[in-house]
Amino acid sequence: MLHIVNKSATDRGSLESCLAMATKGSAVLLIEDAVYAVTTGNAAATKIQAAAAGIKIYALGPDLAARGMAARVLDGVNVVDYGGFVDLVAEHSNCQSWL
Amino acid sequence: MSDMDEMEDGSGIVKKFMFLNRKAPHGTVYALEGLEVVLITAAFDQDVSMVFTDDGVFQLMKGIDTKGIEVKDFSKTYRALDGYDIEKLYVDQKSMDTRGLTEEDLIVDVTVLSVDEMANLMAEQDVVISF
Amino acid sequence: MQFGILVNEGPYSHQASDSAYLFARAAIEKGYKVPRVFFYHDGVYNASRLATPPQDDRNVSTRWSKLAADHGVDLVVCVAAAQRRGITDAVLGDNFRISGLGQLVEMGIQYDRLVTFGD
Repeated sequence: MLHIVNKSATDRGSLESCLAMATKGSAVLLIEDAVYAVTTGNAAATKIQAAAAGIKIYALGPDLAARGMAARVLDGVNVVDYGGFVDLVAEHSNCQSWL
Repeated sequence: MSDMDEMEDGSGIVKKFMFLNRKAPHGTVYALEGLEVVLITAAFDQDVSMVFTDDGVFQLMKGIDTKGIEVKDFSKTYRALDGYDIEKLYVDQKSMDTRGLTEEDLIVDVTVLSVDEMANLMAEQDVVISF
Repeated sequence: MQFGILVNEGPYSHQASDSAYLFARAAIEKGYKVPRVFFYHDGVYNASRLATPPQDDRNVSTRWSKLAADHGVDLVVCVAAAQRRGITDAVLGDNFRISGLGQLVEMGIQYDRLVTFGD
């Protein structure tokens, strides 16, 4: 399953809830304000890194750039553009948005 | 024009639809308008589950009284769902525990899942609609 | 492969509508079909032709109308949500139409993927 999270982890609990419910082999894509969670020094980074074993973490590049965060992405996070977003939705048989 | 103009799509396809409810009622419109989608879906003979997690569990509280805030009380609609063959309502234990709720507090019968059970339920859905 | 898109928020107040539009456009560019976009909750406000945003910023509503004109995307506004919010046929932008929630359920049944953008 592809999980899509769009809110900042330092603002809402949706990323935390998502990581608790994402089964091994799923992917989590961070878009909009959620991208802050995968930037260096962000408090959510430890949760992300713990979850990353077994789950692939992606972040939307244009949203990182729009927030001045393009150069601060944690290692191991896959940055994709909107085309990559589309690919992720196509590759996974189902998807779920955590709003 | 009414929502009931659209009935079964006639294709015979049955998919697992899950409606993901994570928000408390009344502070936002999502609980009410989310329910409206579920009621319409009943006409389409799909395999429907309603999942209430995080603050979504608050939607199912007994004893709701909206007179003071002067908004429509739609809480009884959750009890009408099984009349529409929407019988699979799930909450997760952790969301209940962290909010001081037990099954006795809820207006309708639900299946209480562990986080892992709910995760597996989500993973097997065809369509997830989030509000 | 056919993608359905659900937009739960109005223009400008949330990024949801922008994210949905850019996703739709990217899917079409990759050769996928986006037969319908459904607007629910405050998403119905995307359909208003009365919006006059500043000239130096995107026009969210007309951008959807153009996507529909160029690629045949069916832009459907939920009647119940629209009635609540005063979005009527009289104020609909080009290529939007008002219809029922059944149109959303059909997307889930008939399409390969359904992606929700919201708050």
